[in-house]
Amino acid sequence: MIIGLFVAARGLPLFLSFGAWRFIASSQWEPAQGLFGVFPMIAGSLLVTAGALLLAVPLGVGMAAFLAELAPAPLARALRPAVDLLAGIPSVVYGFVGLAVLVPWIRSAFGGPGFSVLAGALLLGVMVLPTIVAVAEDAIRAVPRTYREGSLALGATPWQTLTRVVLPAARPGIVAAVVLGMGRAIGETMAVLMVTGNVTALPDSLLAPARTLTANIALEMSYASGRHQEALFATGIVLFLVIMALNAAAALARRKEERA
Amino acid sequence: MDHVHAPPVPAPTFTVRNLTIAYSGNPAIKNVSLDLYPRSVTAFIGPSGCGKSTFLRALNRMNDLIPGVTTQGRILLEGEDIYAPGVDVVNLRKRVGMVFQRPNPFPMSIFDNVAYGPRIHGVTDRDRLSAIVERSLTAAALWDEVKDRLHKSALDLSGGQQQRLCIARLLAVDSEVLLMDEPASALDPISTGKIEDLIDELKNRYTILIVTHNMQQAGRVSDRTAFFLSGELIEYGLTAEVFESPRDRRTEDYITGRFG
Repeated sequence: MIIGLFVAARGLPLFLSFGAWRFIASSQWEPAQGLFGVFPMIAGSLLVTAGALLLAVPLGVGMAAFLAELAPAPLARALRPAVDLLAGIPSVVYGFVGLAVLVPWIRSAFGGPGFSVLAGALLLGVMVLPTIVAVAEDAIRAVPRTYREGSLALGATPWQTLTRVVLPAARPGIVAAVVLGMGRAIGETMAVLMVTGNVTALPDSLLAPARTLTANIALEMSYASGRHQEALFATGIVLFLVIMALNAAAALARRKEERA
Repeated sequence: MDHVHAPPVPAPTFTVRNLTIAYSGNPAIKNVSLDLYPRSVTAFIGPSGCGKSTFLRALNRMNDLIPGVTTQGRILLEGEDIYAPGVDVVNLRKRVGMVFQRPNPFPMSIFDNVAYGPRIHGVTDRDRLSAIVERSLTAAALWDEVKDRLHKSALDLSGGQQQRLCIARLLAVDSEVLLMDEPASALDPISTGKIEDLIDELKNRYTILIVTHNMQQAGRVSDRTAFFLSGELIEYGLTAEVFESPRDRRTEDYITGRFG
């Protein structure tokens, strides 16, 4: 709360002097010339996050379902710490691995500079995987055993039971897992910064470099002053708003589902 | 032994021989042999923990889902050993369906609950599904109460309606045998009466095997009664004979309420 007020107090003056709409919607980020347009960064953050979820949600929910329902107990016991381990790796290490392995691989496999939206999305996808697996697995385990028995007693296969009864029943928890993963992805800074290239232009493809809102702040804060510094705080406000908008959208989607 | 009043005995649906079931080595069913007959109701009675539910759950191999359960002996369904290697358990459970102690409708609409079985077994035609749903709900004496809200959640129904819905769900898959594990124990007397009327109706077409702790219910609905005590089959015969002239002292004590 205090952080929010602080950021708002430091960033709002720029909204007034430069124009809030112009700040959000224009695409020129030239601090030296007094141009502060963060639209490319908003797009960068959303693209990288969406890409990460596209990878991590199917994989994470699939792994959660496998661990909770299908895997024999000893195998699940062996796999779970391996997934948890992913959550314990510092993000800078992810960034380093991304830099050393992922970026050159994308460059040679798909062309382009390698530093790209795709690299950020892949890396973030792996980073949010443990969150999604853990929360989704809890949700799947919380589905009453009676649903499974009822389905199996009607001659359903374990697979049909999983896809038609268990996963739909666990859907609210799975949505929560996705929202948590999304929050983690959009807020991640260091690893993304190391592999996305950080140019301030609007990315025109998955292979183009991009800069996220978080990277924008982290990269320039050390030397910015005056209006430039205000603009970085204003970037923080936009980041807040984007996260709040995404959470609101998720909450809305869930409420709509509960009513249906 | 005088069986003058017995109806002609058809070929048994289930033939159980020397069945012993143990949970992690502790026997719950001890060397039980009996024949179960088609198009009639057989009740399994006995005090809590006597193994009657375990016995019932052996007949569609629901015990397979519990870790540590070992099953010895033979159970033949129309002459075929259901525990033989290579038996299709999914198909077995389609033929031998089960209603559980607590109503367990899936968290979906009434229509989708009943249509679940046909759908997993490959029926996709909308008109055919509608016909099956109406027929099954009618057979379960629930159609008139729910026909105007088929697409509302099944979880909004009363407990008794939910249990009849679970029976309808079972009828929709064309099972031959209906296993009922204390189907009315969680219901009020009026709902219980409806379930009993329904059982009476259904026995013309199905082999019904019902576990109950309610003596009066066993007396009212069943044609044959099997009395279990501590995992052993103490007495098995026509319900009228078991209740009016039990051969074993322990059966008499239990039926007259001296223990249990």
